[in-house]
Amino acid sequence: MKKERTVGREGLIFDEPLIFEKSSSKREAFSLPSSDVPEVDVKNSLPDGLLRKEIEGFPEVSEVDVVRHFVRMSQWNYGVDLGFYPLGSCTMKYNPKVNEDVSALDGFSHLHPYAPEELSQGALQLIYELEQDLKEVSGMDRVILQPAAGAQGEFAGMLMVHEYLKSKGNPRKKIIIPDSAHGTNPASATRCGYVSVQAKSDSRGCIDVEALSEIVDEDVAAIMLTNPNTLGLFEKNILEVSEIVHQKGGLVYCDGANLNALMGKARFGDMGVDVVQLNLHKTFSTPHGGGGPGAGPVGIMKHLMPFMPRPSVEKEGERFYLNYDIEKSIGKIRSFYGNFAIMVRAYAYIRSMGKEGLKRASEVSVINANYMMQKLKGYYDLPYNKYCKHECVFSDKIQNKQGVTTLDIAKRLMDYGFHPPTIYFPLIVKGALMIEPTETESKESLDEFIFAMQEIAREAKEEPDTLKNAPHKTKVLRLDETAAARSPKLRWKG
Amino acid sequence: MRYIPNTDDDCQKMMQEIGVDDVEELFSDIPEKIKLKRDLKLPDALSEPELKEHCKGLSEKNSGHRCLSFLGAGMYDHYIPSVVNHLLSRSEFYTAYTPYQPEISQGTLQGIYEYQTLICQLTGMEIANASMYDGASALAEAVIMANRINQKNEMLISRAVHPEYREVVNTYTQALGFEIKEIPVSENLLTDVKEIEKLLSPKTSSVVIQYPNFFGSIEDIKKIAEPVKAAGALFIVAVPEPVALGILNPPGLFGCDIVVGEGQVFGSPMNYGGPSLGIFAAREIHTRNIPGRLVGETVDKNGERGYVLTMATREQHIRREKATSNICTNESLCALAASIYLCTMGKNGLKRLAELNLNKAIYAREKISQLKNFSVNTKTPIFNEFVVSSKISVDTVFKKLLEENIIGGLSLARFYPEMNNSFLVCLTEKHKKEDIDKLVSVLNTL
Repeated sequence: MKKERTVGREGLIFDEPLIFEKSSSKREAFSLPSSDVPEVDVKNSLPDGLLRKEIEGFPEVSEVDVVRHFVRMSQWNYGVDLGFYPLGSCTMKYNPKVNEDVSALDGFSHLHPYAPEELSQGALQLIYELEQDLKEVSGMDRVILQPAAGAQGEFAGMLMVHEYLKSKGNPRKKIIIPDSAHGTNPASATRCGYVSVQAKSDSRGCIDVEALSEIVDEDVAAIMLTNPNTLGLFEKNILEVSEIVHQKGGLVYCDGANLNALMGKARFGDMGVDVVQLNLHKTFSTPHGGGGPGAGPVGIMKHLMPFMPRPSVEKEGERFYLNYDIEKSIGKIRSFYGNFAIMVRAYAYIRSMGKEGLKRASEVSVINANYMMQKLKGYYDLPYNKYCKHECVFSDKIQNKQGVTTLDIAKRLMDYGFHPPTIYFPLIVKGALMIEPTETESKESLDEFIFAMQEIAREAKEEPDTLKNAPHKTKVLRLDETAAARSPKLRWKG
Repeated sequence: MRYIPNTDDDCQKMMQEIGVDDVEELFSDIPEKIKLKRDLKLPDALSEPELKEHCKGLSEKNSGHRCLSFLGAGMYDHYIPSVVNHLLSRSEFYTAYTPYQPEISQGTLQGIYEYQTLICQLTGMEIANASMYDGASALAEAVIMANRINQKNEMLISRAVHPEYREVVNTYTQALGFEIKEIPVSENLLTDVKEIEKLLSPKTSSVVIQYPNFFGSIEDIKKIAEPVKAAGALFIVAVPEPVALGILNPPGLFGCDIVVGEGQVFGSPMNYGGPSLGIFAAREIHTRNIPGRLVGETVDKNGERGYVLTMATREQHIRREKATSNICTNESLCALAASIYLCTMGKNGLKRLAELNLNKAIYAREKISQLKNFSVNTKTPIFNEFVVSSKISVDTVFKKLLEENIIGGLSLARFYPEMNNSFLVCLTEKHKKEDIDKLVSVLNTL
């Protein structure tokens, strides 16, 4: 009999209703001082009809209720601090605690963005130095930290492409995007008024260079590619691809989400890339927060600098300042200067790792992913059988024979105590299972996951129903997502 | 290296299983021409104590946070109850990913469902999303959503809307062929309703007002809504300081179609401008056009209530180039902070907080209006901000204040050249009477 070597157990999972359902009249959790200035006659201070009687439905609970409520809810969540989180494309690496501490320093957290520049030199210096660090890692001429997320960085980057080409006489109409691209790529292109044209990948998982040269013409503004691509493979023809696009006057946008494979090994600026966005919440260890906040700095080459978002952070002598005087700037893309508290964490991370640490991170992330690939090879279908970079992609082809799908495999992994890998992405692999271990996992951690995956492959053959009805041990069982979309209930109504 | 558990020995063992002798073999597919053949030019790694010292030093090169500040203008210094950070620091919340696997993400999902509900209750709207990046980009998305709904290309935006919000709207829409017209502000620092009526046309997609507006004045949105709705345009209201909704009737009550706002005030420090929290709420009939993530209620196989991300066919990972927005990562943790904060303040706390803010602002306005070199419009209703006009140059005033470690507010000249002798002052519950008296006494010496 197999010994169930799994971290997933049961117990201490509380039920906890919505806060509104715990509300009881006159209970309170707040504490405010009394007014040391005269109380205003509110009714007569506000325009007619604008005085609010009450905030209907708002909860009335004690502080004890609030604390227990959210503590219990937290226990239903899987996080990196709990275990292995192998989401491909997301780089769920460990979030260092010292970074949390330094971002909470008063001088950073209590500073108003409109505080005079002379009183904000520390913050401006940090932004400037982080931009320098990211310039060096990415090999680009300039990095702007303003975008609040990767998608916003993509949008800023593509807007700069648009303005650059417009300044040359014609913004053009088309963007070429590989069929393996992240959905934000075509969505960002649309926001710039472009039409997306799909480029096919070849049988080896990379951009088909010959097919590409047939669709690149003078109506193509840019290609948006990802390197390493979403299959975890390095686009080794990237210089050729850049050449083809540049020759027809177009630009090369690179989605830098997968930079974790390349730090200290290769740089976007050396690949013919004109513009790239990085993700601080992936490569640079800032926490994912349940979906955000992140930061998506955009790196550009010299020719795009006249169009960069404003303000930029500049240095003159020993003084740092905000420069709004960028004549052809695409404008601001978010209020103030970006997600500063996230920048502080990324800055602290880079200072903690140093040049040696970042390179080692990339090397070990690649070793970990290849080890994973090697150990799971016999158990799951591997569409592209070659050394990967920081992530590898399997499919459910073998398990389909028993009617078991990627979804079932993912749900069963939860019973073993793991967050599933990314599923059904990239679209070019049917039933894709994208595994990105990251460098912050030990060999033992990887072996535990490998064991679970091997067990699940066995279960798929011997007891497929166990998978089809998974998960069995979680707080809720498989949820009905169809019903949720069919008749949406998006708020509590009482 | 403490964040990279695998040692050289571990790596050797693994490489053996992979079938390579050297890690460079795993990078052999990178063309020689591209391979980086030198070290990255970055400072050497700092140990943890050294890092802390270095960052502390950097943070102390700032001094703006140590001043007595009267800055508002889109980011506000409110008191954050202790429970917020303790609960938000639970790593089950902050080290979790987007809840695409709902069975092991119910903490995040219920938290966001509660946030969506709280925002609806606060704004009087019917649905709210799981957050946008900030108030400014939320406004841009609202304007784009209005165009999606009515296919019209003309937008009217009041000059009294936050200048950075207006600039971000311009950036977001520059490639989409919209025409943005500005609604003038009258002398009483309120949007001129007559001008709105003049500008409205069958081509108008939406009208945007800020509430309270950038100058701190409370727009009469009840009056403004009428002509906008009559013209068949969408009424969009931006609320960068939603604490005001503790005592002000919500826009939803007046037929507003989309409400956007800045949720930083609900439990997040100012953090030099970010991360922020883009509040986005709309009417139910527009659900399919809303950008951003939505959490919905459902049941599991046993009929147990649970929560899931829903209606993803609107979003980029499904709809790609036809998505309602390109947004993926949002401000989820800040939304959770807002949930925790609003549950803590509760129905009566937020109201009381708003009253305190109003008290401080009215007191300050009264006192400043009595000074000989300064004037304030005391008739226009305000919440916690107001404009001070100065007979002395604002630069001189601010310089004097800074000598006393006071940041007097925001000089309006940078955004409104026609108001180059005015500045915007903000009061919150954190300002004590003696702080206000100190400001007034220094202004009095000028």
